[in-house]
Amino acid sequence: MAENVLVAPPMEEEPEPTPERPSPWLRLARLFLRQREASIVVVAIALIIYFQLSKPAFLSAQNIRTLSQFVAATAIISAGEVMLLICGEIDLSVGQVYALAPFIMYFAKQEAGLPLIVGLILGLIVCALVGLFNGLITVALRVPSFITTLGTLFLINGLTLTISQGFPVLTPSEGLVDEVLGHASYSEIIWAIAIAIVMQIVLSWTRWGLHTIATGGNLLGASEVGVNVARIKIGNFMLCSVLGGFAGTLEAFRITSIDPQAGGTDIMFLAVAGAVIGGTALTGGLGTIIGAFLGTLVLSILRDGFTLLGVSAFTFDIILGAAILVAMILNVRLRLWREAGRE
Amino acid sequence: MSEFTTPEVIRTEGLVKRFGAVTALNGVSLYLRQGEVLGLVGDNGAGKSTLIKILTGFLQPDEGRIFIDGTEVRLHSVSHARSLGIETVYQDLALINELSVYHNMFLKRESLLKPFPLLDNRRMRRLAREYLESMGVNIPSVDIEVARLSGGQRQSIAIARAVYSQARILLLDEPLAAMGAKEGSLIMNLIRTLKNEGQVSIIMIAHNYAQVLEICDRVNLLQHGRIVLDKPAAQTSVEELTELVMREYRAGVNQRRQPAAG
Repeated sequence: MAENVLVAPPMEEEPEPTPERPSPWLRLARLFLRQREASIVVVAIALIIYFQLSKPAFLSAQNIRTLSQFVAATAIISAGEVMLLICGEIDLSVGQVYALAPFIMYFAKQEAGLPLIVGLILGLIVCALVGLFNGLITVALRVPSFITTLGTLFLINGLTLTISQGFPVLTPSEGLVDEVLGHASYSEIIWAIAIAIVMQIVLSWTRWGLHTIATGGNLLGASEVGVNVARIKIGNFMLCSVLGGFAGTLEAFRITSIDPQAGGTDIMFLAVAGAVIGGTALTGGLGTIIGAFLGTLVLSILRDGFTLLGVSAFTFDIILGAAILVAMILNVRLRLWREAGRE
Repeated sequence: MSEFTTPEVIRTEGLVKRFGAVTALNGVSLYLRQGEVLGLVGDNGAGKSTLIKILTGFLQPDEGRIFIDGTEVRLHSVSHARSLGIETVYQDLALINELSVYHNMFLKRESLLKPFPLLDNRRMRRLAREYLESMGVNIPSVDIEVARLSGGQRQSIAIARAVYSQARILLLDEPLAAMGAKEGSLIMNLIRTLKNEGQVSIIMIAHNYAQVLEICDRVNLLQHGRIVLDKPAAQTSVEELTELVMREYRAGVNQRRQPAAG
């Protein structure tokens, strides 16, 4: 009924500024640069050129495979963190479910004799429960998620150390299953790319994604409109945990051992840093999965490139830290420039 | 058009609301006719916001009755009021800055590309554009984020969203507050458009008496939780409203002074 109302008397109209028509190439370039991810792509390409010039082995098949392994697990986790960061929360404990999930799978297989796939699913269910726990404490008891997940970080870590008694174990093998789930050369990165694409679709083209942005953008406003913000937040906590557990399981298949100390805060901070470098705001409401994937890629290029250059392990962190800052500053500058261009 | 003879869409009788020792509403009886724009004015603390919150189902009155279309109802929640066609546009507007205009318009009633659970952005974009055009809301594009709009444009979007959700009764909480002349006229035009259509009936809280008298059919003045004036806009004036409010204010000041003097 509301669609075919009478046309109102035209309002006083401002004269539209007539846009100048630059060449198609310039317009294409501008269009690209106005995408949120453009600046990080520029940074990534610059780094690739730099490392390739310094070390021609950088783009060898061998090194690309190594690089893909650096990227994959972190990128999967960053996809989950982006969803949480967009709705205004964070999960610090994701590096711990990363270590827990493959142990659950291991015990399901070795102790209970269940098929590997069932073990994997059980592991992911446990991760989902951890996410539910994080979400309920954060949403229902109103504990800031930074604190909630700091608690579960230690709690889960202790749990994994207890059930494993602190020792790594060999990843159980079941023929094709472990090949598909991370052991075959590029299977991990294929999973990471597939997950990134699916999650980007969820974020941009589903109600869930829209409501996630709304929740982080304006919590009160979203709930006034009727968005179930508690459900959105809890759901994204669960999603982030499950993705963390899945990444840990893939990695366990790849390196064929399950380490109770795997992942941890290192991978979590890398994932969050990747998300932030890729344009996700820590204040909520803004971010893309693709951006986080690219941000993770930049971090991995840095790590891999400096390793190739033979930078010593001690100076490595100094350079990595500085590089993160430079990448971030560049990114912020480019974003400001881009936004100024939009006016 | 001063006297409306259309049926009443809202009637309240003797609404009372107390917050502890404070009586915010002390027997408010008002009515709103189909297609009418009612201006609700009064000094700060007169009870305007409390009244709006009761009509929108956010607060429940301690006493009194509410009739919608002649039927008595108890508005027990915002969603209940909304299901009866009552929509409220608050001052904070409840817009999501990070989302595009059309996503804001369709938030919580998104079109999907059935049978897939994917958003039908093309359809929402088109409907939003057509609807806003029909309302005379002038924005550069429905694709831009709400953060890039001016205050008046944001207010227009919020009102358009409320009306688009098939609201029959629209409650506007100071839609003209903190707006320049140009922005204000944007909203005035929008309200005028809605009025000409006659589909929605509007209660609007405002401070600027001149604007109220210009746009509203009828004015109610609220003082100390009571309606002390109910006149067609054409039969009252800025002077009369100001005088009533100031007289009450001076009386209040004198009352507070007296015990000190004695």
